Amino acid sequence: MRRTVGALLRKELLVELRTLESVPGMSLFAVSTFVIFHFALNRSSVEGDLASGILWVTLLFAAILGVNRLFVADADQGGFDGFLLAPVDRSAMLVAKVLTLLGFLIAFEIVAVPAFALLLLGSSLGDAMPDLLITLALGDLGVAVIGTLVAALAVQTRARDLLGPLLALPLLVPIVIGGARATSPLLSVSHPTDSPLRWLLTLGLYDLIFGLIAFALFDFLLED
Amino acid sequence: MERPSRHPAGSNDKRARSQSANARYGGGLPALSIATVAAMAIALGLVFFYAPLEEEQGFLQKIFYLHVPLAIIALCGFVLGGLLAIQHLRTRDPRWDMRSYVVIHMSLIFAVGTLITGSIWAKGSWGHWWVWSEPTLVSFLIVFLLYATYQPLRFAIEDPERQSRYASVFAITAGAFVPMNFIAVRLSTAYLHPRVLGSTSNLPGPMALTFLVSLLAMALMFAALCKYELTAKHTRSQVRALRRRLSGETGAPIRQRSAVPSLQALPATTRPAGGARAPTAAGSGSGA
Repeated sequence: MRRTVGALLRKELLVELRTLESVPGMSLFAVSTFVIFHFALNRSSVEGDLASGILWVTLLFAAILGVNRLFVADADQGGFDGFLLAPVDRSAMLVAKVLTLLGFLIAFEIVAVPAFALLLLGSSLGDAMPDLLITLALGDLGVAVIGTLVAALAVQTRARDLLGPLLALPLLVPIVIGGARATSPLLSVSHPTDSPLRWLLTLGLYDLIFGLIAFALFDFLLED
Repeated sequence: MERPSRHPAGSNDKRARSQSANARYGGGLPALSIATVAAMAIALGLVFFYAPLEEEQGFLQKIFYLHVPLAIIALCGFVLGGLLAIQHLRTRDPRWDMRSYVVIHMSLIFAVGTLITGSIWAKGSWGHWWVWSEPTLVSFLIVFLLYATYQPLRFAIEDPERQSRYASVFAITAGAFVPMNFIAVRLSTAYLHPRVLGSTSNLPGPMALTFLVSLLAMALMFAALCKYELTAKHTRSQVRALRRRLSGETGAPIRQRSAVPSLQALPATTRPAGGARAPTAAGSGSGA
């Protein structure tokens, strides 16, 4: 299992490095969205609830771009066939794809979050950084798990570009709730002492449950 | 290699069995219908003539006896659709997929009713068609948006076997999502807005009784409608099969693109244990 996942991850990394499709696309999309938010809201700086909302909406929509592309090459160019022919555990594909998407999300957030702080954020990130990182990590994990499951569902359909986001967005609402609520006190000027622990627990639990669901169901999506 | 078919495709024996299956689907329908109508009549009678007027909201509160049972039944239906889908993935019997499809389809209709009655209630008591402070209503909208993609998802997959498998995966995921979503949305508002008419435990006796009878009537209606739809789908499938035999067609049926699970075209593509993918275009998988 570990070797299979390793091999798949190497393949994904290689494909991404050669095509440079996902991470640069997501990063550019996020930065453009911040610019659009600046003009749409007519604000030069945001904080608190508004900042947290803008950040999460942007991250989510950019993540959808990555989710949509996640399985396209495998479906169109025979990656699934090759994988199914190999005598390996099917769940390796799920683990590898979740880790790939998680990697993409982290990589693009390394660009997007500093860009957000630079372009729009009114308060400084300074001491809120550790909490923000934990929140983002838990949110990313959830997005990666749900995104992989949904991408695998949508990629074999005719209207894959349409169905992917339609399926993913409602499933991601609880992640936005948890993520945005945990982030909003971190981004306000007067750091309130309100601990985001409750929301982090919610996020973690949601990630865990969906991880189990995806693990139980993913095999059925691969079996033809 | 064709799988052994459970449906009218050849011998008289199979035909007899499928007719008995049809009889089972149609059976009990009159009794269930009468019970539904009676329960509905009793429930409405209780709502209008027995249950007391609520002090603050007056007559408007009566919509509670329609809205809340609709919502409860719709949600239970969504979860039930997931359970039936689990059964489908375990047995690979297309009839479980059909049940799951019908239950989710009906729940979706009930959900539309819930959202409309909820909106009317919100307009009447709070003055707005939509309020974000009512977590149940908000969660319901999210669940509805998710399930609204169920039929498009089915429609977008042509191969019937794959369609039913993917739909089951969706139904299980979404069925598990329903309770989680409610918890998450409730958490996000719980501290801000105390709930006024939340649980049934603080209802006075006559109201609680009326509510329970309404809930029972709504459950009966749901069951009856599901049974009607199932029977209709089975009958249509059998009529189609008989018509095909009359016209002397053999071979695989030509399946139109549809979101409805197919009972006739059983998984025609053989599913190798770990082999290559079968062709996916419509109708091309049948071994004939």
